[in-house]
Amino acid sequence: MTGGIRIDDVTLVLGSHTFRFACDMPAAAVTAVIGPSGAGKSTLLNLVAGFETPDTGRILVAGVDVTTNHPSERPVSLVFQDNNLFAHLDVATNIGLGISPSLKLSPTDREAIATALRRVGLEGFEKRKPGTLSGGERQRVAFARALVRRRPVLLLDEPFAALDPGLRSSMADLLLDLHRETGNTVLIVTHDPHEVARLADHVIFVEAGAVAYQGAKQKFLLQRDLPALTQFLLP
Amino acid sequence: MLTTAERRRGLAYGATVLSAVTLFVAMAVLPLLAWDTGATEARLFSAYTASVLRFTLLQASLSTGLSILFAIPVALALARQPRFPGRVWIVRLMALPMGLPVLIGALGLLGIWGRQGIVNKGLTAAGLAEPISIYGISGILLAHVFFNMPLAVRLMLAALERLPAEYWLLSAGLGMRRASVFRFVEWPALRQVVPGIAGLIFMLCATSFTLVLMLGGGPAATTLEVAIYQSLRFDFDPPRAIALAFLQIGVTGAILAVMAFIPAPEDSGTTGGRTIRRLDGITWGARIGDAAVILLATAFLVMPLAAIAAAGLTADLWRLATSDAFARALWTSGKIAVAAALLAVAASMAILSARQAVADMKRPGPLARGFSASLSATSALVLLVPPVVLGTGWFLVLRPLGPVAPYAPALVAIINALMALPFVMRVLAPAVTTHRTRTARLAASLGLSGWPRLWRIDLHVLARPLLTAASFAMALSLGDLGAVALFGSSDLTTLPWLVYSRLSSYRSNDADGLAFLLAMVCLALAILGTAGRREENA
Repeated sequence: MTGGIRIDDVTLVLGSHTFRFACDMPAAAVTAVIGPSGAGKSTLLNLVAGFETPDTGRILVAGVDVTTNHPSERPVSLVFQDNNLFAHLDVATNIGLGISPSLKLSPTDREAIATALRRVGLEGFEKRKPGTLSGGERQRVAFARALVRRRPVLLLDEPFAALDPGLRSSMADLLLDLHRETGNTVLIVTHDPHEVARLADHVIFVEAGAVAYQGAKQKFLLQRDLPALTQFLLP
Repeated sequence: MLTTAERRRGLAYGATVLSAVTLFVAMAVLPLLAWDTGATEARLFSAYTASVLRFTLLQASLSTGLSILFAIPVALALARQPRFPGRVWIVRLMALPMGLPVLIGALGLLGIWGRQGIVNKGLTAAGLAEPISIYGISGILLAHVFFNMPLAVRLMLAALERLPAEYWLLSAGLGMRRASVFRFVEWPALRQVVPGIAGLIFMLCATSFTLVLMLGGGPAATTLEVAIYQSLRFDFDPPRAIALAFLQIGVTGAILAVMAFIPAPEDSGTTGGRTIRRLDGITWGARIGDAAVILLATAFLVMPLAAIAAAGLTADLWRLATSDAFARALWTSGKIAVAAALLAVAASMAILSARQAVADMKRPGPLARGFSASLSATSALVLLVPPVVLGTGWFLVLRPLGPVAPYAPALVAIINALMALPFVMRVLAPAVTTHRTRTARLAASLGLSGWPRLWRIDLHVLARPLLTAASFAMALSLGDLGAVALFGSSDLTTLPWLVYSRLSSYRSNDADGLAFLLAMVCLALAILGTAGRREENA
């Protein structure tokens, strides 16, 4: 169990919403977090990332309590739906910030950046500005940064939602390849049932601020006793 | 999601600014309270203060009413003619008086409406004996309409353009006539913004200093601000100045209290690129009528501006620009303006980082929320305690210690910075908020904080708004006569003070030339500050 995540009876009040989460995300597997809009999918991700801290309960990553750690002190990398890159910095600098926030880079680090870019299919893009890239290319840069960070956990908040369907499946393939190479723990928030079927090993279904179902994907796809879940899978 | 260090730093910055501003204002107001109260009380309710108060409120009410009254037809005509030739430029022109140093605008108005101005020359030639006087209440009203009517037009036009395009098609389809369109579509939209606009203009007119100093000033036409200045500068009657200062704070406090209940109007046209079709504007009658209204308003605005340019160009600009007096004044003004701009921008950023630190707390306690609210109020404190009052207070504090002159430049710079603070905040606050929402999570997850974050991320993204804010603050300081008026002397001569003293000594040709040079400096700053930015209200 290198990077398993445990949400240990966490409660959180944000404005008029109350969230209660208790779940496990197995190590070295892809866990999809799904559920209707506003149910708390992103809040669950924010708790793991450290953008929200629980009122009660604990969050453990690889057995270590990170409940009060700042986001930068958690063993996680992040890919958001957009704004993953600083628009005024070139691609290499954006990736380099993932290695060192003060951009103190050794020749080895620069080599790692070039290798990561090659791995995501953007060889030679070092000097390009994010504005000159397509949406898919920008997400590839974000993946490259996640690669050089070498953190055991990768969190993705609807990373492909802004891309068109053809691009989505090729990006999903890339994500799976990288996951198999690095053996990291992946947590992906999505509202696309196809992505669940394609990517996930494990599924967490969030409804009204709580975990309504968690389990292996195969069992999940056959699940029919939760009306909200059926509605989600067969719209 | 700030680090503990970041949050602590933000709160510390905010606390520093809050205590510095409070201390500066308190130091000015407390001596007013402590000073020989018996004499002040007697002055508070004299016939003189009563007449000054009455005139202040009267001219502000009339100025507000006239500005709004004239602005309505202009805004309606501009809205009805979305494809009027040069419309973009006319709307931009409407923004100019707000940024123009008041002193320069007043000189331009004198060139058109003054005794030697074009209008009176024309009337004299037509056989009439100088029927228009720019001095006294008529001149003050004229000048206030010149400065505030365009502001009202812009805000009203923005309100009209926010209406869905379908409204106009619908009203045409229903066969509504002009009066019905006004009653059911245009007026309901305007009614939302008119109270806010009126409050804003009333505030600006009630605290107007330079215009009243130049065009009024006699016992019959003096506002509180000018009366404070005269009490100290000419009569040296501190108790009277104090009494008037209290009245001034009372008046501005009352206006601010009323305005707190009125929604603030917004000058943000969101219709960029959207085509509006006004079927009621394509008849020849409507076109001719609207064109007449628009051209009349444009001429009213352009003529004084042209007069400044014309008078300025006929002055011996080269001699003025190379004169010792100009060079010294430019140096003094430049130092003060740069200091004021840096202070205002630094204070704003400190306030914003503290407010962000409070917003970042999960459940800020009443203390934190109160802190955040007082920080917001700090930026507007100068509206409550106007520059002349601040100057008066500090004048009385420093006078017992010897000559005031050595402290004067620093005081003027600080007062200018406080004057610029509300505007600087208006530019920076939305820019910083947008930047933070876009990058906060990313920066936090990468562990970017402190200097690397400021240097690599914040400064790049915020460079333009910072530049806009700083150049705005500099232009405001360069054109300001209110703060410097009490301290102006041969030791402290800023550009506006130089123009004003040349005007007072009847060297109006020099004054025109210097005003033109000052206008060019301010224009250059405005261009610098808005370089590359699209006019969103076009």
